[in-house]
Amino acid sequence: MDFLVFQYPMITLQACLDGILLGVLFALIAYGMALQWGVMNIINIAQGDLVILGGYIAYFMYLYGIHPAWGVIVAPVIMYFVGIAIYKLVINKVVDRDLFISILATFGISILFMQLMNFAFGADVVLANSGYGTTMLFDNNVVLPNSKIFSAFISIVFAICLVIYMKKSKLGRAIRATAQNARAAKILGVDTEKVYAATFGINAALCGVAGALISITFTIHPYMGLPYTIRSFMIVIVAGLGNLPGVAMSGMGLGVFEEFADYILGTEFRIGSVFLLLVLILVYRRFKLSRKREYLK
Amino acid sequence: MNKNNLILYIGILIFGLAAPFVFPAFKVQLSILCILIVLATTWNIQGGEMGYNTFGNILFYGLGMYLCASVQVGMFFPLAEWTESGGEKTFVHTPAQFFQGMAMGLVVAAVVPTIVAGLIGYAILGLRGHYFAICTLGLGVAAGEISGGIEIIGAGQGFTTPPFPNVGGLEARGEFFYFLSFLVLILTFVAVKAIYSTRFKLILNAIRDNEDKAEAMGIETMKYKIIGWMISAFFCGLAGGIMGGLVGYIDSTDVAFDGREMGVFMVLMAILGGKGTLWGPVIGATIFHVFKEGFWTFFLGWQYVALGVLIVVIVIYFPEGLMGWLREKYPERFGEVVDEADRKAQVEIK
Repeated sequence: MDFLVFQYPMITLQACLDGILLGVLFALIAYGMALQWGVMNIINIAQGDLVILGGYIAYFMYLYGIHPAWGVIVAPVIMYFVGIAIYKLVINKVVDRDLFISILATFGISILFMQLMNFAFGADVVLANSGYGTTMLFDNNVVLPNSKIFSAFISIVFAICLVIYMKKSKLGRAIRATAQNARAAKILGVDTEKVYAATFGINAALCGVAGALISITFTIHPYMGLPYTIRSFMIVIVAGLGNLPGVAMSGMGLGVFEEFADYILGTEFRIGSVFLLLVLILVYRRFKLSRKREYLK
Repeated sequence: MNKNNLILYIGILIFGLAAPFVFPAFKVQLSILCILIVLATTWNIQGGEMGYNTFGNILFYGLGMYLCASVQVGMFFPLAEWTESGGEKTFVHTPAQFFQGMAMGLVVAAVVPTIVAGLIGYAILGLRGHYFAICTLGLGVAAGEISGGIEIIGAGQGFTTPPFPNVGGLEARGEFFYFLSFLVLILTFVAVKAIYSTRFKLILNAIRDNEDKAEAMGIETMKYKIIGWMISAFFCGLAGGIMGGLVGYIDSTDVAFDGREMGVFMVLMAILGGKGTLWGPVIGATIFHVFKEGFWTFFLGWQYVALGVLIVVIVIYFPEGLMGWLREKYPERFGEVVDEADRKAQVEIK
């Protein structure tokens, strides 16, 4: 590692900055996953496909001559209703069941979405060009596209808005109450069914924002969903449920890791290294937890 | 074994042996059916009996596929040059070389995944519930992505397995692969049936029902979980090796580590038939294969849409599967059988 860090400080800096800006986006998606996991006890494998769908909304606005940045407003609105529809059709039947049932059901949704998007939008890698230009830093050695800075900024704005909404609004309080104890919330008059639907909708809307930003900053493709699911799952298990600073930090950490993996191992191993990191983290977590269990004995 | 069962088994055996001659056009389909049944049955050891819902058995399947083909080529020719030449072959296997290579390849394809399962089992089988499911999902995808970057086994352009040598006429290839896969199917079924009649199955069920209690009862759960996974890996590797030869072309993410198709199929087939039963995966795989082939043929292009809908429908409305439904409907015929001796013993205790 040290040859990279000391001999090529500019590349290191570039990778770190890229990774952090990318990681903010991951953290936004992961926050949605943590929300539904905490509230409904569901792991949504289709998370990544919702992201890609949001990306296609922005891309289509770009195709019809509207600036794709407006997708940040439009995509979450549309995705909110898509999320509600998915909840009404499928998720409300698996909420109280075994976790594996929900994993498998959302896996089915994921495959369905993948293929429908493939039909509707074609199998090409696309990108919505925002035309924002680039920023050069440190004697033109570090290149930062403005779209990346824009997307990171928008993600942070959305995250802050959501946190305030969850703290202050009535629905936000109901969601938090349901996450703490669904039965008690029901007794106290919270319509948990409605809360679940809203949670899933909010999660889908967050995915929509992230997707729109990804379509501006990077590229989208119908089959690229699963890595986003895995990344957000990984961020959530590293940070823990309901730990927002942790989600942000581990999101950025993952982004930096990915950029370095990209530089060192090569682009073809990028996705593979993400999945391998997931396995390693889970295994590490298992050994850590088992030691804790022995200690408790 | 009572008389009815014996007749059933003999009937299936005769059908299996006669099938390629009765339906010569469906030989490839029948071979794939055998492989699917093997995969569903071995998945059932984890998902059904042990309660560990794995998406990772595809790892052993793909590993077996690559290993079998690599050994078959590497025994006689330089592997790197073979994969580099792609479709245009400069090396040709003689019949003796082909069969020797295949036999050796299948041995390696069965043994290495078993060892791999044993090695990673201790780390991965310690995870519980959905962590295990997601971890194995990640493992399968990671294997696909990584093998897609390795040059010597063809990387992105794929690996063409040795073509079948020119012996025994036109039908020989289909018959060879059919009987090979049918043999593996019988091996798997006999092995699994034998396992299910021992204490091992009871231990697996104890792990499924309550692992902590099983551990408290003095069962070394980790040991049995690993052994169960190794058994699955053995047969998955064999199935993968045969499938590689049958398809004739190995691609890292579309054929070998195909989590989106084969990895989900094996889960779906076992659930469709009824997990935790001996016959469930067999029936489920058969129904699924017939449905799938029909759909793939008549609605080409929409197959993944249908697959997604099918998964959702099966999982939501039919989680107990066909055998579970039969059990509920006709408990006297399909329910759990309690031995006469056991019943008497219970009465005496009372």
